[in-house]
Amino acid sequence: MTRRPALTVRQKQVAWAWGFLAVPVAFYVVIRFYPTAQAFVLAFLDWNLLGSRSWAGLGNFARLWADPTFWKVFRNTFVYLLIGTPVSLLLAFTVAFHLDRVRFMHGTIRALYFLPFMTSAVAMAWVWRWFYQPVPIGLFNNALASFGIPQLRFLNSTTNALPAILAPAIWAGLGFQIIIFMAGLRAIPKSFLEAARIDGLSGWATLTRITLPLMKPTIVFLVVFTSIGFLRIFDHVFNMTTADPGGPLNASKPLVLMIYQTAFSSYDMGYAAAQTVVLFVVLLAVSLAQLWLMRDRP
Amino acid sequence: MTAASEALLRADAAGRRRAGLGAALRWLLLFAGGLAMVAPLAYMLATSLKYPFEVFNLNLVPEEPTLDNYREVLLDRRFGWWFFNSFLVASLTTVSNLFWDALVGYTLAKFRFRFRQVVFVAVLSTLMIPTEMLVIPWYLMSQQFGWLNSYWGIMFPGLMTAFGVFLMRQFFQTVPDDFLEAARIDGLNEFLIWWRVAMPLVRPALAALAIFVFLGNWTAFIWPLIVTNDQTMYTLPVGLTTFSVEQSVQWEMIMTGAAVSVLPTLVVFLVFQRFIIRGVVMAGLKG
Repeated sequence: MTRRPALTVRQKQVAWAWGFLAVPVAFYVVIRFYPTAQAFVLAFLDWNLLGSRSWAGLGNFARLWADPTFWKVFRNTFVYLLIGTPVSLLLAFTVAFHLDRVRFMHGTIRALYFLPFMTSAVAMAWVWRWFYQPVPIGLFNNALASFGIPQLRFLNSTTNALPAILAPAIWAGLGFQIIIFMAGLRAIPKSFLEAARIDGLSGWATLTRITLPLMKPTIVFLVVFTSIGFLRIFDHVFNMTTADPGGPLNASKPLVLMIYQTAFSSYDMGYAAAQTVVLFVVLLAVSLAQLWLMRDRP
Repeated sequence: MTAASEALLRADAAGRRRAGLGAALRWLLLFAGGLAMVAPLAYMLATSLKYPFEVFNLNLVPEEPTLDNYREVLLDRRFGWWFFNSFLVASLTTVSNLFWDALVGYTLAKFRFRFRQVVFVAVLSTLMIPTEMLVIPWYLMSQQFGWLNSYWGIMFPGLMTAFGVFLMRQFFQTVPDDFLEAARIDGLNEFLIWWRVAMPLVRPALAALAIFVFLGNWTAFIWPLIVTNDQTMYTLPVGLTTFSVEQSVQWEMIMTGAAVSVLPTLVVFLVFQRFIIRGVVMAGLKG
């Protein structure tokens, strides 16, 4: 007699599990882990795709440190983040909070806010680029002119270009944030709000002491998700400044665009890889800092 | 009824009138905000239907509407290719993610084996690595293996995603083991148990994942821009960039190109609105 059955059922299960995982594990190793390691190694090489390859040690990082363009770009990236995230989340929460209380045409209004999320950044970047053109082309300047207001320079101004590019990026993300906020609001038990009303808490106190604390998981998720999006901004900038990507005078250039240009215009692969390492560290630090700041305190 | 409670009722009625006014104002402001949100889309569509002489006019209804711009864009054969390439790439990537992410998610949720947790953490850790960090190695890899300017080259980085694995694992955990056990007793093998029993139970999650993956690949820009340089292999966003740069100041043509590239997803959204919003919420909250 054999006493295998009980054991083989379990062994079979394990065999099936690894059978299912074989192709995915290979995929993750070859397409994710190996390239990740390679990116870190490349960051320490001096390698122009058209020329020779040599060990650079920390040379690429020293070069970054001394590169004024890098510091400009680094600053821009944080401006995108530090304006983009709070502005979009405040707008989205305000809309979600009020839309949650509206019944009449609720679905239609929600659809209006959500529609931009279904578009592509490239297409909309060109639409907004048109809006920003000087008189007599651009919509905004034409509207200003009809009120007799002098025209504004948007994309060709070193001070206005970055906010002008940030606007459509915020606009495109609002719909997603609004519906996530609304789902978070829905999840708050009605009895909590009812109790607050009976206790005579004002609307503002209810919001800050009950609604917002209960929505913490939603807020943490959206803050991290939105921040990562702004730190990686690229499509809008590239398409709204094609003649001089990230211009004028690098005024709107974010880190990802600098990486793209270093790697695929200059073919300076080692230097570009070092920049991606910086991007990785920034993303990691910002995510961890936010999770830490918003952790549940006892 | 006491005097006090009557007073309370009166105050309530007055409050309700005030609330009624507030509600009307709230509705109006929200509606106006909603119109502002779609204004860029409305102007894009309006301008795509205008002759050049009318482009700089602020009106939303063209005085002399025309489909000439659409005719010109559609006669530009490249738009056909770009549309086809984007559709093919987004569809195949979606199918791949639905199959593989669900299979990995299921395995991690329902099987007990050594290193299960290691595999899960390893997959999740890839979420911390930004795509931009990998495009250089991916480009070198594509160059070495001749994947530049190919569908495989455009698709391979996204064939499986950690986000999808995580989402599917969450949903498979809610499938009762009894269902799977019953199928096992019926003699189904493990693959068929997954495919025929477990998969139909997580259809809403699959739909949510499909929406995200398809939309993400339909609008993807940086990687297709890097991996293709033959115009016939461009995806729609990369093609649109090229087209718009060529058109330069012919904004009615640029608006038409933009409209052609976003109308399909907008129409799909308007048709399946409730379904899509539910899917996005599900993926957003569980993912």
